[in-house]
Amino acid sequence: MARATTTRSKVIFTVIGWTIGFLIFFPILWTFLTSFKSEGAAVATPPQFLFFDWTLENYREVQSRSDYFKHFTNSVVISVGSTLIGLALAIPAAWAMAFSPTKRTKDILMWMLSTKMMPAVGVLVPLYLIFRDWGLLDTRLGLVAVLTMINLPIIVWMLYTYFKEIPGEILEAARMDGASLMKEIVYVLTPMAVPGIASTMLLNIILAWNEAFWTLNLTAANAAPLTAFIASYSSPEGLFWAKLSAASTMAIAPILIMGWFSQKQLVRGLTFGAVK
Amino acid sequence: MLTRTLLLGAASALAMVSFANAETLTIATVNNGDMVRMQKLTDDFTKKNPDIKLEWVTLEENVLRQRVTTDIATKGGQYDIMTIGTYEVPIWAKQGWLLPLDGLAKDYNKDDLLPAIRDAVSVDGKLYASPFYGESAMVMYRKDLAEKAGVTIPEKPTWDQIAEAAKKMTDKSTETYGICLRGKAGWGENMALLTATANSFGARWFDEKWHPQFDQPEWKHALKFYVDLMKEAGPPGASSNGFNENLALFQTGKCGIWIDATVAASFVTNPKESKVADKVGYALFPTGGVENHGNWLWAWNLGVPAGTKKAEAAQKFISWATDKAYTELVASKEGWANVPPGTRTSLYANAEYQKAAPFAKITLDAMTAANTSKPTVKPVPYTGGQFVAIPEFQGIGTAVGQQFSAALAGSMSVDQALQGAQALTTREMTKGGYIK
Amino acid sequence: MATLQTRATARIMMSPAVILLFLWMIVPLVMTLYFSFLRYNLLMPGTEEYIGFLNYQYFLTDPAFFTALANTLILVGGTLLITVIGGILLALVLDQPFFGQGIVRLLVIAPFFVMPTVSALVWKNMLMHPVNGLFAWIARLFGFQPIDWFAQMPLFSIILIVAWQWLPFATLILLTALQSLDGEQKEAAEMDGAGAISRFIYLVLPHLSRAITVVILIQTIFLLSVFAEILVTTNGGPGIQTTNITYLIYMQALLQFDVGGASAGGIVAVVLANIVAFFLIRLIGKNLER
Repeated sequence: MARATTTRSKVIFTVIGWTIGFLIFFPILWTFLTSFKSEGAAVATPPQFLFFDWTLENYREVQSRSDYFKHFTNSVVISVGSTLIGLALAIPAAWAMAFSPTKRTKDILMWMLSTKMMPAVGVLVPLYLIFRDWGLLDTRLGLVAVLTMINLPIIVWMLYTYFKEIPGEILEAARMDGASLMKEIVYVLTPMAVPGIASTMLLNIILAWNEAFWTLNLTAANAAPLTAFIASYSSPEGLFWAKLSAASTMAIAPILIMGWFSQKQLVRGLTFGAVK
Repeated sequence: MLTRTLLLGAASALAMVSFANAETLTIATVNNGDMVRMQKLTDDFTKKNPDIKLEWVTLEENVLRQRVTTDIATKGGQYDIMTIGTYEVPIWAKQGWLLPLDGLAKDYNKDDLLPAIRDAVSVDGKLYASPFYGESAMVMYRKDLAEKAGVTIPEKPTWDQIAEAAKKMTDKSTETYGICLRGKAGWGENMALLTATANSFGARWFDEKWHPQFDQPEWKHALKFYVDLMKEAGPPGASSNGFNENLALFQTGKCGIWIDATVAASFVTNPKESKVADKVGYALFPTGGVENHGNWLWAWNLGVPAGTKKAEAAQKFISWATDKAYTELVASKEGWANVPPGTRTSLYANAEYQKAAPFAKITLDAMTAANTSKPTVKPVPYTGGQFVAIPEFQGIGTAVGQQFSAALAGSMSVDQALQGAQALTTREMTKGGYIK
Repeated sequence: MATLQTRATARIMMSPAVILLFLWMIVPLVMTLYFSFLRYNLLMPGTEEYIGFLNYQYFLTDPAFFTALANTLILVGGTLLITVIGGILLALVLDQPFFGQGIVRLLVIAPFFVMPTVSALVWKNMLMHPVNGLFAWIARLFGFQPIDWFAQMPLFSIILIVAWQWLPFATLILLTALQSLDGEQKEAAEMDGAGAISRFIYLVLPHLSRAITVVILIQTIFLLSVFAEILVTTNGGPGIQTTNITYLIYMQALLQFDVGGASAGGIVAVVLANIVAFFLIRLIGKNLER
C-alpha cells in the first residue's frame, strides 16, 4: 500500500516539478531557440517552436560586429580577479569575526552590508573623477578594484556565517597541541571551510559577471566585458529579436554552464548560516 | 599560504591589462544600421592607413550618450572620435570640448554638405563635427492598405487627413493598425515626434521669457489629437514604442501609416528586412492648421574631443567615413539604397541614387524645408526643431515625455499630463536660472 | 592569556577588509556630500558655486519623490513576497523525490545566472510585447485581448521580471534549509496524525524562519537598487509609475548631468537605505542572532 502511494505521489510530483521547471526555464529556452531563427521567423505569428529553418546567421552577424572573445576574456578576468582578491581580503576578516567575536562584530558586519545600499548612480561622477586621475578608466585593474569592493561585504558575510558553524572545540584542540595561528588556518580551518569558500567564490563570480552599471560606465574599448557587448545589441534598428537572442545566448551561456556544472558546490555553502 | 596563492593568482590575472598603442583610435558610436555598416567597411580605411588601428565602442543610443557626455565633461579622454547628435554639437563646441575640424582631407568638400545640416554642426562658421547621416521626418504609408481602404494621402497632408486615413486603414482583427507613432518616453523618442507635432499645430515650448507654454490651447490641441488618434487607430503597447519598435511593426506589415525619421525609408524598403518593401508611399510631415511641417532636423555626426592626442589620425578617419568616396564605397558593396542619406547635395543629384531610392526627393524636400532657427510660428527664445537646444532639455524633455507617455497609456488624462509637464518644466527652468 | 593575543591578531586580520571598505565608502561619500552643496552641472562647467541646501530642497520637493519612494518599497516588497512564497512552494516540490529531479533543479536555478539587462530585454521584447510577444499570442489563442503589460500594469511587470531572476536564489536557500529538517521529527509529527498543513505550519515554517530572514535581507540589499530592468523596459514610466529612487537619481545624474542634484539624491538615498537597514535589522535581526 505504502509503496503504491509513494509511486503515485512520485508521478504527480514529477509532473508538477517538470511543469514548473519548464515554465521557469522557458524564457531562456525561448531566447536560445530564437537565436537560430531568421529575423522574419523570430516574429512570426503563430510562433514557431522547433520547426523552422535553423540558421547560424545571427551568430555570424554578431561575431562580425564585435569581438566576442575580447569581451569574454574581460568578463572572466574581471569576475575571477575581483572574486579572488575579495576572498583574500575576506577570509582573514571573516575568520577573525567568527572565532574571536567582540561586541562590535555584528555592527561591523551590518555596516559592511550597508555600504552596498549606496546607489551607484549617485557616486558615478566622484568615482569617475578619481578613476580619471589615477588612470584607471577603461582598465581591467580599475574594474577589478570596484567589483572587489562592491562584493566584499557579501563575501565577508557569507564566509562569516559559514565559519561560525565550525565547532570551536576543534580549534581549541589544535591550540592545545601548540599549533601556530598559521597552521591552525591552513590545516584545521581551511579543509573544513572549503565548501563555504567554494560556494562564496561561485556566487561572487556570478554577481561580478552580471554587474552592469560600473562595468558599462567605466570602460570603453579595452576593458569592456560582456555587459557592454550586450549594450550594443539592446535596440538596434529594425528587426532585432534573433540577433538580440544570439548575443544574449553568447553573453549568458558561459556563466550558465559554469553555474550548472558547479551547482552542487554552489548550493552546499549557500546557506548564509540559515541552516540549523 | 592559501591567501598568498590567491593573491598571486589575482595579480597575474591583472598583469594581463593591455596597453594602448599610440596610433589606435577609439571610436564611440551608436548601434544604428548605417554605423554598423561603416564598422564592417573599415578594412578599406585600414588598408589605406596601415599605421592606424581602430577600436570600436558600439552602444545603444542612450547608453552612448551618457558615456560620451560623462567622458567629455570630465575630460576623461577615453575616446578619440565620438558619434554625437546635432543637439550636442553646438552646446559642446561652445564649451570648447570639441576640436574644430580644420584638418580634413582635401577632397572633403564642405560646400557639398546640405546647408541646413552644415549650419547645425557649425559654430561661427567653423565645422565642429562631420555629419554621417542626416534626417528629417515624414509620413510613410502602405499604398496597398490605403487603396483597400479607399483613401488617398496627398503629398502635403494635414493631420485631419492623416487621422481619417488611419482610422479607415485600421483592422484590428488582422492586427493592422492605422497609425504607429512613438510613445516611449524620452527626449529623443516620443518628445521628438510630439515637439515636431506641436510645432505643426503652432505650439511652442517657451515664450520669449522662457515661461513654459503647456497651459496654452495649442499644446492641448496637439496632445489631445495625438492621444485620441492613437487610442482609435494605434497599436497596443504604443506607450513603450520608440523608433525601433515602430520600425519592426511597420516592417512586419502591422502599420498603415508611420510618421518618423526619413532615415527609416531605406529600412522599410529593404526587401531583406521588410515584408512591405514594395508597398511604401511617402508624404511630407503633416500640418495642423499652420504652415509648419514640424521642422524636424537631425544628424549623427563624428566629432573629435578636445582632449585627444590623435587629432590628426582622427580627422583622417572622419574624412574617410563622411566624404563622397565613402558613399560610393557603400554603393559598390551594398547598393545605392543603403548609402547613408541626408548629408550631401551631390547624393541627391546622383541619378543612380534617385533611381535606387524612391524616397530621395521627399527626404531632400523635408530636410531643406526644416528651419531650426524658427521652429514654430510664434516667437521663441530658442533654436532647434524636434528638440530645444539648451543643455537642460535632455532632462526636462524626458520628464515631460514621461507625462505624455502616461497620457497615451491612459493612466493620466491629457489635462493632467499637461499640468504635470507645465509644473515640472517651470520648476526645472527656475532651478536652471532661466526664469528669474 | 591567549585571548589578548588572539584579539590583537583578529584585529590585524580584519583590518585590510575593514579599512578598504571604509575608504571605499567614505571617499565617494565625502565627495558626494561636498558636491551636493554645489551648483554643479557637467554640461555647464565654470558655473559651480555654493548653494547651500538648494539641491536637497529640489530633490525632496520633487513631485516624483514620494511616488519614487513608494515605488521602491512596493518593488522590494512585491518581489520579496513573490520570491519568498514562490520559493517555499518550489522548495517543497523539489524536496519530494521525483523523476529527473536533478535536471529540474538545474532548470529552476537558471534565471539567476542571467544578466539583468538580458532578462529585461527578453521579457520585454519576446514575451510581454503586446503585438509580437508570446504572451499576446497565448492570450489571442484563447480569445482574450492581449495585456499591454508595460502600459496597464507597469510596476507589476517589472516586479515579475525581477522576481523571476531572484526566485532561484530564494528557492535554493530555502531548499537547503528544508533538507536539513530532521527526518525523525517529520515522521514523529506524521505519527501523531498531524495533517500536511499543520505539519507545515508548526514544524516546517518555524524551521525555515531563519532561511527566510536571510533571503529577505540579501534580496533587499540588491532590490533597493534595481535599475537595469527599469531602464530597459519602461524608462521609469508611463508617467512616473515605475520610477524608483535609483532611477530618479539616474535622471538627475545621466540625463540632466546635474551632479549637484544627483549627489543630494544620493545622500538622501543613503539615509533612506540606512533607515530601511535599521528597521530590517530590528525586525528580523533577532532571527540571525544566536
